[in-house]
Amino acid sequence: MTLTAKELSTERLELNFGPSHPATHGTLRVQLEADGEIVTRADAEIGFLHSGFEKLGEHLSYNQYITITDRMNYLSPLCNNVAFALAVEKLLGIEAPRRAQYLRVLMCELSRIADHLLAIGMQAVDVGAFTVFLYGFRIREKIYDLFEMVCGARLTTSYTRVGGLMRDVPDDFDAVCREVLAEIPTAMAQIDGLLTHNRIWLDRTRNIGVITPELAISYGLTGPIARATGIDYDIRVKEPYSSYEDFTFDVIIGENGDVYDRYMVRFYEVWESLKICEQVLDKLPSGPVNVDADTKYTLPPRNEIFNSIEALIHHFEVTMENRGFTPPVGETYVPTESPNGELGYFIVSDGGREPYRVRTRPPSLINFSVFPEIMPGQTISDIVAVLGSLNIIAGELDR
Amino acid sequence: MPALKQLSDLLSAKFPDAFLEVTEFRGMLSIHIRGGLILDLLRMLKTDPRFAYNFLADITAVDHLKKGGHTRYSVVYHLLNQHDAKRIVVHAWVDEENPELPSVYALWKTADWQEREVFDLFGIRFEGHPDLRRIMNPEDFGFHPLRKDYPLHGRGERDDFPVVGRTIGSKWPADRSFE
Repeated sequence: MTLTAKELSTERLELNFGPSHPATHGTLRVQLEADGEIVTRADAEIGFLHSGFEKLGEHLSYNQYITITDRMNYLSPLCNNVAFALAVEKLLGIEAPRRAQYLRVLMCELSRIADHLLAIGMQAVDVGAFTVFLYGFRIREKIYDLFEMVCGARLTTSYTRVGGLMRDVPDDFDAVCREVLAEIPTAMAQIDGLLTHNRIWLDRTRNIGVITPELAISYGLTGPIARATGIDYDIRVKEPYSSYEDFTFDVIIGENGDVYDRYMVRFYEVWESLKICEQVLDKLPSGPVNVDADTKYTLPPRNEIFNSIEALIHHFEVTMENRGFTPPVGETYVPTESPNGELGYFIVSDGGREPYRVRTRPPSLINFSVFPEIMPGQTISDIVAVLGSLNIIAGELDR
Repeated sequence: MPALKQLSDLLSAKFPDAFLEVTEFRGMLSIHIRGGLILDLLRMLKTDPRFAYNFLADITAVDHLKKGGHTRYSVVYHLLNQHDAKRIVVHAWVDEENPELPSVYALWKTADWQEREVFDLFGIRFEGHPDLRRIMNPEDFGFHPLRKDYPLHGRGERDDFPVVGRTIGSKWPADRSFE
């Protein structure tokens, strides 16, 4: 029997990707229209994890909201803590002491290493390279042990306070931290050996999900995704915050803007973060980690609270409801370079104890908005590769 | 980069009816303008070589119901000049009765999702937006939760949410006991 063209019917295939799919790493849904293997349309539907964090922020005091910032990007919560604290400090017109600024930089860079290692690992797992994920996760685990040592928590760190930090690092932190940092190059070399020149990895990532610099600017892309396209913009260098100007490091720039370049940018940024961490440990000044308690922004030392009535009253005045500091009327925004891109909190104050409006500039949401634009023309198997390279964190995507 | 006074003079000459003021707080300049001409202002800020704000970092909105302002809502645009690393904030004020202003999708495509978010959470409409739908909340949500007159605990959406009755009315009763 011969088949004529008339008998062979063709139609576009509608596919649902998510909301609960192992490669979305969170809940988001992509509605696909495919012509055979080729994607012709990809509509993203988000909001499954919308938690109203911005509404909640209008009903919590400034220090209380720091615990909410942890829950946004749960892969690098310390970067969120720092970004929020910086915005409030700018609103109040104060600056954290030098030691606190350096420790914030250290924590941000450790978070960046952990975040990038997980991003690379997840990206590799999604296209079938499971071992890389384990090498990355081993180091991430040790970094999380460091966070536990410093903040008492691994994920919900809430380490910063307005005007400084929750507490100073323990005495043996320097030695333990250097030990962990010394292990990272070995793990990076293992990842490099498994991926960078791997034929399968190259086939799955090169010229996939290409973003041009013009597209990146039009879609507001920032962070490693923008730098992979060749845009030389790193907020740590161009608009330094929290003493980043004291450290020397290189900004990693890609050229093709494909999945492979995004991997390479993240890979080399880990090395740069490692440099910064070592510089912080070498240069870490001594001194307090909080602004002077007389400013009434921070709590007095804990042993004084238990032993003197003045400090106890001070503690009461700062922490109780209807007490606490009141920033002036105004609005501030401090951009910071989080592992995913530009993260900043836009705070509007009406002079009350709670922010009038607190907006997060979410890098995940804005980076993900380019997805429907770059997917048409790619194959269905490329979806997971592109999603992994954009490193979408659903908590921050939906807030 | 023109300073506050210069910027204020320039804008009041260029947009005599719509321009409101330029404010500065902690070194951050904010331009306040009526919403109708926002597209013209942002186009000028993007293309004029004196400004060259090539990057739209963020779009959000503020409901000034309890705080007071020129009108009830302001849509806030964060612009960045990547060459000089300079930032500026633009407030586009829209009124309560007809919260509508032109979309800036023609200038930056990032406006697509961000304007949808503002529409979803504040109910401000963007004229000329290619696909203005809710983005965070369900299509039939009915409210705009970041408005100041919307209570923190919601208006009972959680209780009214349709759930799938799995065993109700079926052969296998839901309230079974095995004693």
